[in-house]
Amino acid sequence: MLNYVLSRILTFVPTFIGVTLISFGFIRVLPGDPIIVMAGERGLSQERYDQLSRQFGFDRPIYSQFWDYFVGVLHGDLGISFVTKKPVWDEFFALFPATLELSVCAMVFAVVLGLPAGVIAAVNRGKFFDRALMSSALVGYSMPIFWWALLLIIVFSGNLGWTPVSGRIDLIYYFKDSTGFMLIDSLASGQKGAFTSAVRHLILPSIVLGTIPLAVIARQTRSAMLEVLGEDYIRTARAKGLAPVRINGIHALRNALIPVVTVIGLSVGTLLAGAILTETIFSWPGIGKWMVDSIFRRDYPVVQGGLLLIAVMVMIVNLTVDMLYGVINPKIRKR
Amino acid sequence: MSLKTTIATGLLLAAIGASTAAAQSLVYCSEGSPEGFDPALYTAGTTFDASSHPIYDHLAEFKVGTTEVVPGLAESWDISEDGKTVTFKLRKGVKFHANDQFTPTRDFNADDVIFSFDRQGNPENPYNQVSGGTWEYYAGMSMPELVESIEKVDDYTVVFHLTRPEAPFIANMAMDFASIVSKEYADAMMQAGTPEMLNQAPIGTGPFVFQVYQKDAVIRYLRNDEYWGDKAKVESLIFAITPDASVRYQKVQAGECHVMAYPNPADVQAMKDDPSIVVMEQEGLNVGYLAYNTKVAPYDNPKVRKALNMAIDKQAIIDVVFQGSGQIAKNPIPPTMWSYNEAIQDDAYDPEAARKMLEDEGVSDLTMKIWAMPVQRPYNPNARRMAELMQEDFAKVGVKVEIVSYEWGEYLDRSKALDRDGAVLLGWTGDNGDPDNFLAVLLGCDGVGASNRAQWCYQPFDDLIQKAKVLPTQQERAALYEEAQNLFKEQAPWATIAHSVVFMTMRPEVEGYVVHPLGGHIFNQVGLAQ
Repeated sequence: MLNYVLSRILTFVPTFIGVTLISFGFIRVLPGDPIIVMAGERGLSQERYDQLSRQFGFDRPIYSQFWDYFVGVLHGDLGISFVTKKPVWDEFFALFPATLELSVCAMVFAVVLGLPAGVIAAVNRGKFFDRALMSSALVGYSMPIFWWALLLIIVFSGNLGWTPVSGRIDLIYYFKDSTGFMLIDSLASGQKGAFTSAVRHLILPSIVLGTIPLAVIARQTRSAMLEVLGEDYIRTARAKGLAPVRINGIHALRNALIPVVTVIGLSVGTLLAGAILTETIFSWPGIGKWMVDSIFRRDYPVVQGGLLLIAVMVMIVNLTVDMLYGVINPKIRKR
Repeated sequence: MSLKTTIATGLLLAAIGASTAAAQSLVYCSEGSPEGFDPALYTAGTTFDASSHPIYDHLAEFKVGTTEVVPGLAESWDISEDGKTVTFKLRKGVKFHANDQFTPTRDFNADDVIFSFDRQGNPENPYNQVSGGTWEYYAGMSMPELVESIEKVDDYTVVFHLTRPEAPFIANMAMDFASIVSKEYADAMMQAGTPEMLNQAPIGTGPFVFQVYQKDAVIRYLRNDEYWGDKAKVESLIFAITPDASVRYQKVQAGECHVMAYPNPADVQAMKDDPSIVVMEQEGLNVGYLAYNTKVAPYDNPKVRKALNMAIDKQAIIDVVFQGSGQIAKNPIPPTMWSYNEAIQDDAYDPEAARKMLEDEGVSDLTMKIWAMPVQRPYNPNARRMAELMQEDFAKVGVKVEIVSYEWGEYLDRSKALDRDGAVLLGWTGDNGDPDNFLAVLLGCDGVGASNRAQWCYQPFDDLIQKAKVLPTQQERAALYEEAQNLFKEQAPWATIAHSVVFMTMRPEVEGYVVHPLGGHIFNQVGLAQ
């Protein structure tokens, strides 16, 4: 197992260097000079332009800029945002807990509903429930996030008044965020009603963000289960007279999990992509919106630092998924 | 009193206290996050709403709801006869805010004024390079060339020595970049090794004290009970950052916000029909235009430009692109600005006459480019759509149009080129309510190759605006600007398209909100009905 873990971690190194290079190059390939974007319609003199160019280091050759950036990254320095003038690292970690909290809740929503739905659909293959579920999954997968979000807000927040429209907590609650995770901070604050408010604020964004992964997980679980249910050992189990719950829930599901776990791992990337829209609509202060704003403003340090950190997060998730394969299927770790 | 009664009374008092506190918090659903809290470093209105207006004061202030300049931290000012020396008499007894890291030991004085400008203009000032030190507005308003020196006469008298007379100078002192910061706080933070706190934990003299900013989520302010002027009507002010306009609308409906900015034009009618929502509107201090390149044939001929202007159906643009939230522009300055020339007749939409004029000038089979901005602005919510409408209009007079667009930074840069191929859609939002800020910046000879996208240098026009810049009274200046607008219309370097209409949406309990013509959202005197 140790060898397996080490070999997975070693693949990190070239990927990390590649990601650093891509994140550095990506924003520079886009047309648009950050200094000119910053000055806007008002423009600026050539002298001022040159001064800022020197200040930001744009007057130096590109390889030398990259080298400085790379050395900075190795020392844990991702640079300072051109716009807010704060370290990228600080900004990322101020916002990341919000994205993580939302993504985890969305994933829990997707897994808790998606797994059983897929299993039930597979067991009832071709019946009404199966068809209804797979059609809903297709609709869920195809729905534009912004439309789905606005629809839910209008119905549940506007017309019914069940959930708040947007934000992370009611504005009457004010406490210092020690962890950045609103569920934890609101509990720790001891303020009455704060935790409930935080939960209520999480409901709609989690549903919106979790909808696509939910659809994907349900469909993937169903097809993986169908494959496994046709195996000989399942027939043997049935012949032995095992209870259907035991057959489907333990023998079949465990073997069907590998592709499902893969899909869940891959969905992390989807979640981060979906978070951009979800965060904008629900005024959720996370990294999705932060990245988009920075791309529009050509805020090089934020874009390259943010991309790098997100890529590292996705790499960690993939590594975890690889480890989970080993746990689920002992044959893999022995390879 | 039994324990039960005590608890019940306590809970009741707490409930009353809570509801009063809630009633005294004004929640504004803002459209975006501030870039920082030092207004001199930035140019975005969203940043000024969160910094310059609630936290800081200026030597002079714009009277809310007008572009009139009134005394602020300076009680009065005196301009010398040659217009090159401006003496400010400062207000006494003005207190700076305090925060966890800093408690002021003295009142506001001349040192703060000098520091506030010196850090922007003097590269030797230790704060000049802090926080990126970009000072765009200071440079944009030509302050480095204009201000020769700033002299402290005594603690409450400051003299600005200028290199030339400049009538808009006092209005410049009311602008956001001229916010007065505390030198004592700056020194303390420099000593503590955290000079960036000036931008992150701001200290000003304004009606609200900055409390906390939770990035991209909420900004909280408390009323400044020591404020020298009229104290704020609410105890606390909260900015709930809500980027999506439809969501802001829902939040106002649900009572989660009291005031919101920038509704979707498509929602305005529904808002007006909703009795639980109040909609205010005012013409924005801006103009959207199509600038021809007057250096390139055939657009160097004013008659050709005039003919093209007559081919544009502006009403269709207002209906389709602005969806009613705009008005036709006939002058290069907006109608709310002093010196606006009402008497000018706009070029009538007349494709037939336009076609004939082009023929008379020997222009046939003309193919031109129209540049469409890739971004949305109040003066042009959808440049691509606007360009398409113009393409159809020009086709009717035999002119073929190719629409081009570039990424925003490229667009701004390339459109400055003297040999640019094509006419550019762009616009401008006023900074200080002075016509010079439109006419000189956008149409003066100095701006050719830069902010003058028409590359139009017409000496009679330039003479008028240069002369108007140094005249002492508004009346004298207005006469010259009115004349300049006549020349502009006659020469037609632009097709003036539209001025936007700004809408503000709020709940009925909001009292005293005034739409500010300079575009800021100011809550100093806004209250909530009980």
